[in-house]
Amino acid sequence: MSKNKSQQSQSDRYEIRLSGSGGQGLILAGVMLAEAMGVEDGKNVVQTQSYGPEARGGASRADVVVSTDTIYYPKPMGLDLLLALTQEACDTYFSDLREHGILIIDSDLVHQPPTPDCFAFPFTQLAKTEIGHVMVANVISLGAIVEITKLSSKDAVKKVVKSRAPVGTEEKNLKALEVGFKIAREKMKSSKAAAV
Amino acid sequence: MGKNIRLLQGNEACVEGALLAGVRFFGGYPITPSTEIAEGLSRRLPLVDGTFVQMEDEIGSLAAVIGASVSGVKAMTATSGPGFSLMQEHIGYAFMAEVPCVVVDVQRGGPSTGLPTKVSQSDIMQAAYGTHGDYHAIVLAASSCEECLLYTIKAVNLSEKYRTPVVLLTDEVIGHMREKVEIPDPEVVEVMERVRPEVPPEWYKHFEITPTFISPMASFGDGYRFNITGLTHDEMGFPTAKPVQIKAKLDKLRKKIERNKEDICEIKTAYMDDDPHVVVLSSGIVSRAANQAVKMARQKRMKVGAIQLVTVWPFPDELIMKYMKTCRHLIVAELNQGQILKEIERYIDKRHTKIDFLQRYDSELITPQDILQKIREVK
Repeated sequence: MSKNKSQQSQSDRYEIRLSGSGGQGLILAGVMLAEAMGVEDGKNVVQTQSYGPEARGGASRADVVVSTDTIYYPKPMGLDLLLALTQEACDTYFSDLREHGILIIDSDLVHQPPTPDCFAFPFTQLAKTEIGHVMVANVISLGAIVEITKLSSKDAVKKVVKSRAPVGTEEKNLKALEVGFKIAREKMKSSKAAAV
Repeated sequence: MGKNIRLLQGNEACVEGALLAGVRFFGGYPITPSTEIAEGLSRRLPLVDGTFVQMEDEIGSLAAVIGASVSGVKAMTATSGPGFSLMQEHIGYAFMAEVPCVVVDVQRGGPSTGLPTKVSQSDIMQAAYGTHGDYHAIVLAASSCEECLLYTIKAVNLSEKYRTPVVLLTDEVIGHMREKVEIPDPEVVEVMERVRPEVPPEWYKHFEITPTFISPMASFGDGYRFNITGLTHDEMGFPTAKPVQIKAKLDKLRKKIERNKEDICEIKTAYMDDDPHVVVLSSGIVSRAANQAVKMARQKRMKVGAIQLVTVWPFPDELIMKYMKTCRHLIVAELNQGQILKEIERYIDKRHTKIDFLQRYDSELITPQDILQKIREVK
């Protein structure tokens, strides 16, 4: 079944959703990811979003589709990766994740993950303790996504974070990105060790 | 020099296109989902000696745009459903007074305030028939961020060339989505200017009926005397009640568009080279799903093609009909209750080509799977 699915769509089309609530910076993280993969690494990308009329609160999501082929349909058709920073987002979008898709959650905010087979990191907690600002949880999760998927080169994503971060917060955001790289690297090492 | 490639929203790409086309005036009133166009031009126009004015409402916005254009400046505005409705009064004025201007309509759900943050293609008919009277509109539709840039330039060019308002339709999804856009070198962009008078001022007629039906256009302040009015007028621009002159004016408005359909009309095709029996017809964002669906169908060895309307009005019937000789099933897909469908029905011989349709107006996009399923049904 999953084999059939992958034959239908372009082979290297990869679909990512960053979800949570308004104000968590998910759309900015989506833009950064798209710009790193698209402008810096030269792949085709489309970033779309969904939001309601509210300025903050409410469900928020950014979708990024990347491919070396032309991307016709701009929205995801079956997610390869879902980042969920709230329980509500996780519950709403988990069913859009393909079989063998990657689920990444904030372990403090998603109390009931729909599957044990997921990456759980305390993004928001780390933002407070490591960087001193809850606002950079989005960039920590961006770092983790890049480390896990290798969809973008680290140099590209660093360059984009530096240029897209609000003026005056560049250093904090770059540090947050490194935290994201590190926690994902350690998690993958330990899960590999456990598998052996 | 490397290519200048940036990740831009559709709305931001319209801003780049407008600047490249030579637009130096924007009069508007912010409205979701078009606001980024106003925001972008409010920052950028002052840097190129242009003018940005936020007006009191959309009626005033188009009045300002018309005034700027008559003064010789390329002018545009951007809006969405409710604002587009308010602009209709002055769009009519611009048709009658033959004033070049561009309106970008980033479509959202309607009628009325409708769905400010949701996608729709329900202004297809309004874009051509929104204001009262007998006139012929040019309307383009973009399906990607790159097309937002290119078709904003095309809209400005057509508007200058034919001395007429041009509407560019996009929608909430295209307006807000981000894609890579190559910003062309200004030197390679084809930019058209309105025809200026070559005669001495005393011979000048602002609405002269020329062999091409396009009258050279002087600007206020150039030293040419002319009158402009919304009343039906003679070649000098003064109100007329003479049936001969009235008919000549309305014929002029029609003929300058009708006789140049070949130049104005454009469609894009995908997988149409082997005369497929099933064809998906769409415009704007739906063409993205159509092309994806057709690609998927081709991988399953189904002979299907897709046609995207770049020019929606004047309706590119000749360009479409070329492909209808071999088409047995035409699927018209759109985010409304059948606005393109009703138009295409006028041209199709139903004994030969069966028309099927796929419509969605629940604020969600038509997906490639929706279209693929329809293709399977008609096959």
